[in-house]
Amino acid sequence: MENQEPLLQVEDLAVSFTSSSGTVKAVNGVSFTLHHGETIGIVGESGSGKSVTATSILRLLPPRTSSIDGGRIVFEGENLVALPPGRMRRIRGNDISMIFQDPMTSLNPVFTIGNQLVEAIRLHQQVTKKEAVKRAVEMLRLVGIPEPERRIRQYPHEFSGGMRQRAMIAIALSCHPKLLIADEPTTALDVTVQAQILRLMKELQNKLKMAIILITHDLGVVWENCDKVIVMYAGSVVETTSVNKLYVNPLHPYTWGLLDSQVQAAGDKQAKLTPIPGTPPDLRNEIAGCPFAERCGYAKEVCFEEKPELTEVEAQHHVACHFQTAASRLERNEVLI
Amino acid sequence: MIPTLLVVATIVFIINRIIPGDPAAVMLGPQASVQDVADMRERLGLDKPVFYQYIDYILNLLKGDFGTSIYYKESVLTLILDRFPNTILLSSAALFIAVMIGIPAGMIAATKQNSLLDYVVMLGALIGVSMPVFWLGLMLVLQFSVNLGWFPATGIGSLDNGFGNVFKHLILPAVTLSTIPMATFARITRSSMLEVVSQDYIKTARAKGVREFFVICKHALKNALTPILTVMGMQVSLMLGGSVLTETIFSWPGMGRLIIDAIDKRDFMVVQGAVLFVAVIFVVTNLVIDILYKAVNPRINYASGKEEGSS
Repeated sequence: MENQEPLLQVEDLAVSFTSSSGTVKAVNGVSFTLHHGETIGIVGESGSGKSVTATSILRLLPPRTSSIDGGRIVFEGENLVALPPGRMRRIRGNDISMIFQDPMTSLNPVFTIGNQLVEAIRLHQQVTKKEAVKRAVEMLRLVGIPEPERRIRQYPHEFSGGMRQRAMIAIALSCHPKLLIADEPTTALDVTVQAQILRLMKELQNKLKMAIILITHDLGVVWENCDKVIVMYAGSVVETTSVNKLYVNPLHPYTWGLLDSQVQAAGDKQAKLTPIPGTPPDLRNEIAGCPFAERCGYAKEVCFEEKPELTEVEAQHHVACHFQTAASRLERNEVLI
Repeated sequence: MIPTLLVVATIVFIINRIIPGDPAAVMLGPQASVQDVADMRERLGLDKPVFYQYIDYILNLLKGDFGTSIYYKESVLTLILDRFPNTILLSSAALFIAVMIGIPAGMIAATKQNSLLDYVVMLGALIGVSMPVFWLGLMLVLQFSVNLGWFPATGIGSLDNGFGNVFKHLILPAVTLSTIPMATFARITRSSMLEVVSQDYIKTARAKGVREFFVICKHALKNALTPILTVMGMQVSLMLGGSVLTETIFSWPGMGRLIIDAIDKRDFMVVQGAVLFVAVIFVVTNLVIDILYKAVNPRINYASGKEEGSS
């Protein structure tokens, strides 16, 4: 699987937003590769550019205020950035699907679940309405919605949050996409429902052989569901590697900060929660050095002057830090501050 | 519905008796003698105590009798039903123009927010709501009837001369009457659409690969319709109640003219009947709008009396 041509290759992606108060460089030189059937997690705090990165793959950013300034998004050999709108539309929902954070607002309240599912199916597949309805029922059954024949005629407000997210997944997967982008799919759900939804996604991934981009700020979700991780900070990738490597040997100080601010299981030796001090930089301003330098407990003069490149410090493990190189390593303090 | 109408009937009755002027005196003219006027008052039943007149009026109403016109000597209901189809014709034409232009204009303005097109549409809407109807009507007559001679200036024409004749008579008044609703629809559509297009489910629709045209005209518009329907209900009620200015300028024999003439002649019975009829129209229109709300927004459930679910 690993040797195949990659499904998706994002190269040096740069996205900016224009507003009356200036231009925000929301994504700044992000690159990653995704193979068939793989799951990649993008983690980072709010405003780190993880959602923007994912949304720009489908080119769903608001066209009037945002622009893809550079880079390529190659999906099965086609550069999505340069694709005409008609071709792009045939990819959306068909080859690449997306589910969003809040299932309460991402389904259209004035159409039945069935209508929204059938619409998705008939947009990309030449089937009769009857056939589409049959498939819609199958999809609802597949995502674990009981009594799909009855539920299909109901409106979103007659569904609970978890059921709505299941319906959303059914819509997203109705055309068997090769890639599913899940933008914080469980953030708005109860903890118990979260686990169900993630399990469902994993199950369907195995069944339908699709790749997943999972955006989250919860490292716990990453450990359980992903093959690879990208850690983003202020629009840049600061560390990327396999989940196993990140779990055993995280290298970037920001990743350490993220780990320290996670709730640890009881009995773990480090039970204390440590927040990362400060706030992310204002992306309207040009950042000369490392974007994390201001908040980094290990920062030295060079960090404020020169932006570190993302370099491969060991096999399949890239880090953007002046002091985490193949030659030298920082000593990680147990608890900062 | 019945209590509303009873209250309206009572209020109209009281106002009619409070305003100065005596229908008997108006009918007989300034030369009539006091005795003549008194005789006439007796014949019209106006010499009876007001309370007695009121009871009489309400009891007749309950029997479906709107009374007899003091001036025309005809059944008030016949007079109204004579004029009402003309008003329906004019209102439907004006509503059609307003909807066909106002709503798409608002949608375009919303999808191209802050563009030149948006500014042009909004400026047009501003002019539309603020332009005096009588002025617009007269200008249209001046240009299209007097100068160009394309359309007749007044009247409704006759179906005997073919539908085309009525249609020609209809155009100028319908355009005149449509401006305010059109501008109102454009504004409310724009603001309602702007709110809807930033919702998550619009992003979902785009992510599914729905064409932008259908994203706007199916997914967004149906959600934006509720406030548009509210405004439409109000405008339709107003138009059906008779558009006094437009009907007067174009001598259109509709409800508005009927009421104005009746007030002039102190024809109590016609004023009472017509206003009551207009009240019925308001109530019925509102009922229709309420039913349409339900069709447009499945979250509205009248049985439980409140909106279900969260949004």
